[in-house]
Amino acid sequence: MQRSRRDFLKLAGVSALGLSAGTLGFLGEGAQAADALPTATDFAKPAKAKQWGMVIDTAKFDDALHKKCIDACHNYHNVPKIEGKQEIKWLWTEEFHGAFPTERPAFLADAQEHRKYLLLCNHCANPACTRVCPTKATFKNDEGLVMMDYHRCIGCRYCMAGCPYGARSFNFRDPGEFIAKDKLNLQYPHRTRGVVEKCTFCVEMLAQGKQPLCVQASGGAMVFGDLEDPKSEIRKVLKEKYAIRRNPSAGTEPSVFYIL
Amino acid sequence: MYNGKYIIPGLIVFLALVLFPFIKGIGLEPLKVETEKPKNSKECVLKTEKMRDVHMVLLNEWRDDVIRNGKRVFTNESGKQFNMSLTNTCMGCHENKDKFCDKCHVEVGVNPYCWTCHNTSPLKKEGEK
Ligand code: SF4
Ligand code: SF4
Repeated sequence: MQRSRRDFLKLAGVSALGLSAGTLGFLGEGAQAADALPTATDFAKPAKAKQWGMVIDTAKFDDALHKKCIDACHNYHNVPKIEGKQEIKWLWTEEFHGAFPTERPAFLADAQEHRKYLLLCNHCANPACTRVCPTKATFKNDEGLVMMDYHRCIGCRYCMAGCPYGARSFNFRDPGEFIAKDKLNLQYPHRTRGVVEKCTFCVEMLAQGKQPLCVQASGGAMVFGDLEDPKSEIRKVLKEKYAIRRNPSAGTEPSVFYIL
Repeated sequence: MYNGKYIIPGLIVFLALVLFPFIKGIGLEPLKVETEKPKNSKECVLKTEKMRDVHMVLLNEWRDDVIRNGKRVFTNESGKQFNMSLTNTCMGCHENKDKFCDKCHVEVGVNPYCWTCHNTSPLKKEGEK
């Protein structure tokens, strides 16, 4: 009984999402989104956790799905498209040796070697970035999210030096110039020159009780939840399948897990 | 007074300079700025007068509450609730920055940098496509 109601609600949620994705157009036509602004009621039932985490089932991904997730994230959050060294990345891909430089399997299976891996800020339980930030612009909140207060960032880039995963990008130039005007999402700000940015685990979605955008877009290839809650979906997945983390020897306790 | 013949004229010139703007303003109409009111909503987060005085304080508090404390809902004196967001709440009603925000800001010569990131609305700015 309870089970079926839950399923129904899930389905209703997904279909509502599909509908609103059409009108909101948060996968592209952000500029048209002005009439569906989130109100106080949208924040009435936030999703809560002690330590948010993510499992990425890498075998379920191909290039198209990677792109779908990256676009969902980057379009919504107004992440500028800059080529080359000044690239801004919240969610990106890398091959095995780039993603897991400290894993050194000899004679790695072809499937794993030639696969791309989706990378993002790990929202580490013991982050290095927050410790070195002199202004506390980057900090860990009580839900285990490693947050950025862009208002307070002075662009010293200590956090970038501190992060062992290259999860942060610096705005060398005004990012506004690198966001197509028809792609701009008016509901979300962009950053300014001289500020560091990175994935937020979609804190604004969690506050509305929704899943992060990349997780929604992944169609089940990513699982998101509370790592500290033994009954959570994410813990169930981790109990069943062997998963690794990026560079665990850095001691930062990353919260993003990869099933190979 | 020692060196009085320099100090007293100096003081007079100094006072004249300092008081000049006030003397010039005597009898003038008080500064009036005509702003465009929101079309779809009547009630603001705070009373108009209060908003005029403290909107910048309010926005600072909102920013800290949302980012630092994870608190996103603001309840005003009459119990109405708002999403604490410059982009989605304030700019949702005050659609046209040029005709509302800028009117005062330009007049009094303050230049807040909120809009380098927020209300990134190229569609709603005057004279821009
Ligand atoms: S991945 Fe890097 S930026 Fe993200 S929390 Fe860990 S140390 Fe900080
Ligand atoms: S969790 Fe949100 S911000 Fe982070 S990569 Fe996914 S969509 Fe982007």
